[in-house]
Amino acid sequence: MREINVQLITEKVRDLCMKANTDLGEDVLQAFDRAMEKEESPLGIEILKELKENARIAKEENVPICQDTGFAVVFVELGQDVHLAGGNLNEAVQEGVRQGYRDGYLRKSICHPFTRANTGDNTPAIIHTETVPGDKVKITVAPKGGGSENMSRVTMLTPSDGVEGIKRFVVQRVKESGSNPCPPTIVGVGIGGTLEQAGLLAKMSLLRVLGSKNPDPVLDKLESEILTEINRLGIGPQGLGGRTTSLAVHILMMPCHIASLPLAVNIQCHAQRHKEVTI
Amino acid sequence: MMSEPIRIKPPLSDQDVERLKTGDRVLINGIIYTGRDAAHKRLFDLLKEGKALPFDLKGQIIYYVGPTPAKPGQVFGSAGPTTSYRMDAYSPSLIEKGLKGMIGKGMRSDAVKAAMKKYKAVYFAATGGAGALLAKRVKKAEIVAYEDLGPEAIRRLEVDDLPVIVVNDVRGNDLYIEGEKKYRRE
Repeated sequence: MREINVQLITEKVRDLCMKANTDLGEDVLQAFDRAMEKEESPLGIEILKELKENARIAKEENVPICQDTGFAVVFVELGQDVHLAGGNLNEAVQEGVRQGYRDGYLRKSICHPFTRANTGDNTPAIIHTETVPGDKVKITVAPKGGGSENMSRVTMLTPSDGVEGIKRFVVQRVKESGSNPCPPTIVGVGIGGTLEQAGLLAKMSLLRVLGSKNPDPVLDKLESEILTEINRLGIGPQGLGGRTTSLAVHILMMPCHIASLPLAVNIQCHAQRHKEVTI
Repeated sequence: MMSEPIRIKPPLSDQDVERLKTGDRVLINGIIYTGRDAAHKRLFDLLKEGKALPFDLKGQIIYYVGPTPAKPGQVFGSAGPTTSYRMDAYSPSLIEKGLKGMIGKGMRSDAVKAAMKKYKAVYFAATGGAGALLAKRVKKAEIVAYEDLGPEAIRRLEVDDLPVIVVNDVRGNDLYIEGEKKYRRE
């Protein structure tokens, strides 16, 4: 049994909150480059250039990529041979978020649903903990902006809607979202499970490296078919017209009940931020 | 090729605004004000009660932004636009009172577009998510009202070549609609 003090978890979460918000992944930057080659709108190309320049400034000056530094969504993969000492895992993660948003001068964006009073420290974070084999702890911090989250939906299709129904719903969702979620977006799709599991699958699909293939060839083909349809919509960078409405479609799927076909679409803005560490 | 950007400096007159066309790239210089959800509600309520606003709207531009806290030594935190439709309920009243420009992202309601046409105002898009880049164009920032709202407080900003794009002009054009139509493939 390996022992890890939760203090270390707090430190890592703190650092990941700051790093995720200032250092855009190389995969996203490369996706901007690929988009620029295909983009037909001169204004669209200007916007993609601005996004690259923005990421460069953010990294060099260690400032947030976007002012919406998001809801802190934290994934913990906890090895079952690890003994966590010195406190409570959940509270250690929350403390890490608290410190990260304070020390990183990140915006506190979490409030009471009715009074809208700000909690003041960007907590509570959303924590998804999964127990896995081994004696390591993997932590991923994925700050999620409000504008693109607002355009996301979960729906319960009927089995007869099938793959065509899934495609129709996803493309329609992107179309109706228009310029609101800060295109070019990444479209996370969760298929199957239950209502909440479909949502979680959609969110987790966003963690996959941009430009990588879906390991399931059927889903890989479906991803590229949906992406092609989305990029025919003409919405373009920032919704001002163009070829690049989305950079990628990512799908995660699992079995569902014989009576249902749950589908979740989690839209992610171009500031696709996530950082991870394994202890 | 892109045409050269147009430089403007508030306060803007009707003539200044009439010159701007949908799709124009614009660089804003001088003073603009920030305001988003909660600040808009307060301004709207003041107007409804017939009370004075904390700053004169005439000819001014409001930027829909809630910045990150400035780091020590930094003038302004990351400052990209927030989604504008949440301000739609309040904007027509402000436009009627002399507001000439709004900076945000995303489509406006028909009521806002009608007010822009009637009272001569324009809507600009700044690049959503380009918070670090836009912050560098802010040379000075001070709170003018509602400090209790934190990131949502109204601030007077002095900006230097803040890059925006004209989405809605006074003639009723809308770049979100026209741009999508131009690049859509059936």
